[in-house]
Amino acid sequence: MNWNSWPEFFYMGGYALYVWGSFAVTAILVAGEIVMLRLHRKKALELALNTVKYGKVKNDENEA
Amino acid sequence: MSTSQTVIVLLRRELLLAMRRRGDVLTVLFFFVIVASLFPLGVGPDPKLLRLMGGGVVWVSALLAAMLSLGRMFASDHADGTLEQLVLTPTPPVVWITGKILAHWLVSGVPLILVAPVLGVQFGLSGEALGVLVFSLLLGTPVLSLIGAIGAALTLGLRGGGVLVSLLVLPLYIPVLIFGAGAVDGAMSGLGAEAHLSLLGGILILAFMLTPWAVSAALRISIE
Amino acid sequence: MINRFNKYRYASPATFYHFAGRLIPWFYGAAALFCVAGLYIGLFLAPTDFQQSEAYRIIFIHVPAAWMSMFIYVVMACWAALGLAFNTRMSFMMASALAPTGAMLTFVSLWTGALWGKPTWGAWWVWDARLTSELILFFLYLGFMALQSAIDDPRRADRAGALIALVGVVNVPIIYFSVRWWNTLHQGASVSMTKAPSMASIMLVGMLVMALAAWMYTIAAALSRARCIILERERNAQWVAQMLEADA
Repeated sequence: MNWNSWPEFFYMGGYALYVWGSFAVTAILVAGEIVMLRLHRKKALELALNTVKYGKVKNDENEA
Repeated sequence: MSTSQTVIVLLRRELLLAMRRRGDVLTVLFFFVIVASLFPLGVGPDPKLLRLMGGGVVWVSALLAAMLSLGRMFASDHADGTLEQLVLTPTPPVVWITGKILAHWLVSGVPLILVAPVLGVQFGLSGEALGVLVFSLLLGTPVLSLIGAIGAALTLGLRGGGVLVSLLVLPLYIPVLIFGAGAVDGAMSGLGAEAHLSLLGGILILAFMLTPWAVSAALRISIE
Repeated sequence: MINRFNKYRYASPATFYHFAGRLIPWFYGAAALFCVAGLYIGLFLAPTDFQQSEAYRIIFIHVPAAWMSMFIYVVMACWAALGLAFNTRMSFMMASALAPTGAMLTFVSLWTGALWGKPTWGAWWVWDARLTSELILFFLYLGFMALQSAIDDPRRADRAGALIALVGVVNVPIIYFSVRWWNTLHQGASVSMTKAPSMASIMLVGMLVMALAAWMYTIAAALSRARCIILERERNAQWVAQMLEADA
């Protein structure tokens, strides 16, 4: 183990901004993509449900 | 009609159309000159700096000008139905597509090559570098027309097609830019331009063999 | 014969939809496991680099993201080629499902490259051959997605995207070679990001485990995006109606 204490770990030998900046942005982007995928799925399911309920809807714009 | 006849007829038609719409050709040329003239105004008139930048600036301007003229490569023929007729002819698509690309190069590439030395002089390029600039443009601008044709064919009839073409085509132009501007740099610094020019020639041969097929596929996708 | 049968079976969107739905949680789970293991190795087990101190720990994200971003583009082009050759709708859908994840990972590698470059080279951005190629790769992803989103007709969007992906993959080696050539002419030898000989093997293990995590995540994300695309495209199909009624 390299670290003697948690503060030392978060300090990253003075490179905290760079190291945690990289890790945080990556985490945010991955989480963002997962959220976007869930929204996409919800929208797609809704669209399919409406199509099943109200018959063939050729164009997305036709829906109110 | 034999294939060579088809190409000749097609070339004559394209050149005739270009003569009738001289404004389009001149606009692209004017754009080329303006973009290149903006750089000294942006970075300052220091002759040493300009001499260093000259080759790259002329090449970047040529890239942008070539891209600007891509829109009309297939669009007007698509609008008046000529493209559908061409697709129906027994001539293999690759043949007439090569003809169209050649015509595009003659109309929009060659004028750039003719004007480039004037711009080179403005940037203080040496005589040898001017020669290399013209030669590199001679090898490079056909590649711009060839690769650009793929983008033009894929974006045929799309809204916002012009901006889209730039997004698709500019990254693919990068090797041509690197070797073209590199050749001028090599001539200026005395390192020699041969390696750059032969790589540019290699790219031209590769592009000439492959792109007509890709354009033919792209047109099929866009028209059907 | 059995192989052939299976291939066409999974090329059908309906089968693919259900099959992918069962696989996705496993891939997300594997991604999470590999990610935790990789981060533990990278942040706690791997020793401090005597040259770059702790800043080098960024490579546990940077290198796997860069690897995956290139790999995804090649996989995308393979799906595109399959689609154009065999006219299978699923192949096109997989190609479009992979692109956003690929673009995201390309951006991650650019971002982490900049944050790694600042303490190491003293500049946020250096026109290093690899960073520049990665930037161009990002443009290629954006071009692919922009083209597909500009075309309304899904059939044309599929094919046009597939063609530009193929053109891109033919060009990637040429671009990489030309950028390296340009870089060595203008700056001398390019600065290497990972000094392979001086790297402890535990660092390499950490990078590989993180790469596996990125791989598993990519599969999971691409499969779930493909499922959304299937739902949108096939919403008029019988099997979608049956499935939705069975759920309700």
